[in-house]
This record gives sequence, structure tokens and C-alpha cells, in this order.
Amino acid sequence: MGRSGKFLKIFAVTYLIFLYAPALLLPIFSFNSSQIIAFPLSGFTTGWFKALLYQETLHEALKNSLIVAASSSVFATILGTLASRSSSRYNFPGKQFSLTFILAPLVLPEIIVGVSLLIVLIQLGLPLNLWSVVLGHTLLIMPFSILIMNSAFNNLDISLEEASLDLGETPIGTFRRVILPLVYPGIMASLLLGFTLSLDEFIIAFFLTGTETTLPVYIWSLFRFPKQLPTTMALGTILILVSLILLSLSEYFRRRAAKTQTSVL
Amino acid sequence: MMFLLSFWTQDYLVLDKNFTLNNYIEAFTQPVYQLLFSRSLYISLTVTFFTVLLAYPMAYFISFYGGNRKALWLFLITIPFWTSYLLRMFLWKVILGYNGVLNSFLLWLEMISEPLTFILYNSNAVIIALTHGWAPFAILPIFVSLEKIDRSLLEASRDLGDGPIKQFFRVILPLSMPGVVGAALIIFIPTVGDYITPKLVGGTDGLMIANMIQVQFSKANNAPLAAALSVSSLVIVAFISIVFVLLNKKYLRKY
Repeated sequence: MGRSGKFLKIFAVTYLIFLYAPALLLPIFSFNSSQIIAFPLSGFTTGWFKALLYQETLHEALKNSLIVAASSSVFATILGTLASRSSSRYNFPGKQFSLTFILAPLVLPEIIVGVSLLIVLIQLGLPLNLWSVVLGHTLLIMPFSILIMNSAFNNLDISLEEASLDLGETPIGTFRRVILPLVYPGIMASLLLGFTLSLDEFIIAFFLTGTETTLPVYIWSLFRFPKQLPTTMALGTILILVSLILLSLSEYFRRRAAKTQTSVL
Repeated sequence: MMFLLSFWTQDYLVLDKNFTLNNYIEAFTQPVYQLLFSRSLYISLTVTFFTVLLAYPMAYFISFYGGNRKALWLFLITIPFWTSYLLRMFLWKVILGYNGVLNSFLLWLEMISEPLTFILYNSNAVIIALTHGWAPFAILPIFVSLEKIDRSLLEASRDLGDGPIKQFFRVILPLSMPGVVGAALIIFIPTVGDYITPKLVGGTDGLMIANMIQVQFSKANNAPLAAALSVSSLVIVAFISIVFVLLNKKYLRKY
């Protein structure tokens, strides 16, 4: 490593510190006993975490968020699996166009997805409730799910499928007994990623929710009350831990997906 | 599912047509909207520029000096970004505020005598927060494109007498340009429409177009105008992105 390498290394480490700084504040201040988020620190407390236990609205929002995250990740994964299955195995007119179209939300600013969905829902006269949020999140997660499932299906050897059909399995049986087990890790990865994305998503939920709030919308409303800041920090600390765990799981399944493919072949 | 998707876009456009012209005229002639559009573009282009500028050496370091720790470095970069976007932006509010973490920390260390105000509730604050928030989205694509560079090309250029600096500008940079462009677009497109960051740390001087879209929607109850603003910003973003890609193609043709 030459001189320029050393400079780069110093830069890289500094940059990494810059990237980590905000996230590190969460645990620091969630245990700090002062209500004001500022230095110097005043003392250690777990009171903010205890306060979380008694917030009814928080529990309600958490429950809503879990419902939304669970249903939209399941819907998006089912739809994504079907879409990538059809696109990786069959050719049909307009395939490229429809795929591009489905992947569009990936590159659209979220606020535009939220606004347009809201317009459609209002035009259709549908009520705004948790299900409209589920709809929005399904739309948001689907591109990710398709990308994950595409790689799972592309790694799948078509001869396994043919073998199963030759050996007398019905197409449905083949799907259930051969294809599904092989792409199962991909499905798990898609579910977990979708769950995490939905749990985090704010703007679409903000636009589409009715009276029931999701967790990010609830956190957003907390920001207006300076008194609630340390509690918010405590909540944030817990959320970081949860998303870290979920994403490590998702990564684990993704790796295993890659391994299963190679060991079968 | 395709039906659903095609449906909202279609319906959206039809609705727009009914009201179009007036709303678009308003969107493009009212000084407020002009200001918001130009500020959104300014903020988002600055963020794109700085993020890519900071990300490039990082990606370069990992790709060329990372050795067998490349995966570890990448993992370390992405960890902080698994936390909620909302919370990260909120943390910047806490950090940059008048009595915030940064000011109180510097006061505590007696490095400054009174709180810094230029990083507070304005465009600068939005730029800092966004530059932080989108970092991995720039590092990863640039890293991938640097990884793809055939190392023997570097040896060839060295053998043919290029110094390190010349080599960088004539070989490495052009070859990694696809990654840079990808990174720029990935950052530019969503940041133009960012709602959370300007609302949290932007104060009144840092508000962006997305905030206005939201206000038009809820408080002003003028959904068609909000829609017109959304479509306009989408068109502007698409236009700039295309110009960007074309410029890059022209740049690459030189080599």
C-alpha cells in the first residue's frame, strides 16, 4: 500500500465514522437521563424504555404496522414469484414492456407513487384504511421481490423440471414438490426484505392511511413533541436492533439459496 | 397485477387531462413553484455531486486496496443504513439543531463560543442529511464498476508510460463511468422528491417540491394541482436524467 493508499485508507475510515455517527447517537441518548438531546450527557437511565411499555397508541401503531408489513410482503412475494416465474420461463408479447412497468416504482420518487395511488383510490371511492396502505406497500415491494425471485428462478436448472414431468408428475405437483423447495430460500429472502421495507416505509403510509396509523407515521407524529424525544430515541434503538436481525436472516437465506443451487447441481 | 399497475397510471393521466392546462400553467408560472422546483433541483444536484465525490474514493479504496476484506468493508458501509430512513433524518435534526448534539458538543469542548447557525433549518442542512443518507447507493454501483475493470489494462497503461494520475483519468475514470452515472441517477431521482428530510431539517428555507405537493393535497385540498406538480417534477427529473446519460455517452466517445 503506497502513500496514496494510506491517504485513501484514512479517508475511508473518516467517511465510515461520518456514516455511523447518527446511528450511534440513538443508543447513547436513549440511555441518557436528560430530556434534552445534547452534550454533555447527564446520567444513565432505562426509564425511556419503560415509558414505551405504557404507550397505548404506540402498541396500536405497532400492531397496524405488523399487519401491513406481513400482508404486503406476502402479497408482493406471491405476485413477484408468479411474475418472475412467467418471465424467466415463457416468452409472451409485451414481456419486456410489462416487466419495465412493474419495476417502475423502483425509480419513481416515493411521493409520486403515494400521490398517484391516493388519486386512484379517491377516484374509485375506496376508503382509506390499512388495506390501502397494504396495496401501496405491495406495489412498492413487488419490484424487489421480482428481482430476488428472478435470480432464484434463473439459477434453477430447467432439466430438473423436465425430469419431474417425465417421471410422471403433474405440472402442479412439479411446482409444489420440485420448484418450490428449490426457490424456497428466495421466497424467504423476499418475504423478510419486504417485511422490513414495509415496516420502515413512511411516505406512502402517510398518504394512504386513514385513522389507523402505522409505526413510522406514529414516530413522525412524535417528532412534534420535544418532551417525547428521548422515548423516540429509545424506540429507534429497538427498531434498529429488529431490522438488523431481520436483515441478517434475509441475508442468511439468500446465501443458503445460492448454496442450495450449487449443491443440487 | 399488471392490470392494477397500468390502471393507476392510466387513471392518473386521464384525471390530469381533465384539468391539465390551468394547473400546469400555474405550476410553471407561479413564482412559488418555480422557486421550489429550482431549489429542489439545486439541492438534489448538489447532493448528487457531493455524494458521488465522497463515494468514489471510498469505492476506489475498497476495490483496489480492500484485499480480502472487501466484503467486510461493504458490510460495514451498509449497516447504518438498515435503520429507518425516517429515524436517520430525524437524527440529523437532533444533530444539527441550535441546541443540538453537534453545537452542544462543540460548545462543551469549547471549540466554538456560540452555536453555529449556517447548518440549521436551511438548504445546507438538507444537503448534509441527504449526502449522508444516500451514501451507500453511490458507493455500491461505483464499487461494482471498479471491480469490473480488467486489472491488466492498468498494467498496460503503466507499461505504456502513464503516471498514476494520468492513468486514473485516462483509464480508470472512463471505465468506471457507468457506475458513476448509475450512482448519480439512483441518488438524483429520489432526492428530488424527498419529503421527509426537507420537512425535518429544512425549516422554511429548505422546503422542496414534495412538501408543496403534500400541502396542496391535504391542507390546500387542491389535488389536481398537486398532481400537476408531481407530473411536472417527474418530467423534469426524466429530462435531466436523459441529458445526463447522453452527456456521459458523449464523454465516453472521446476515448
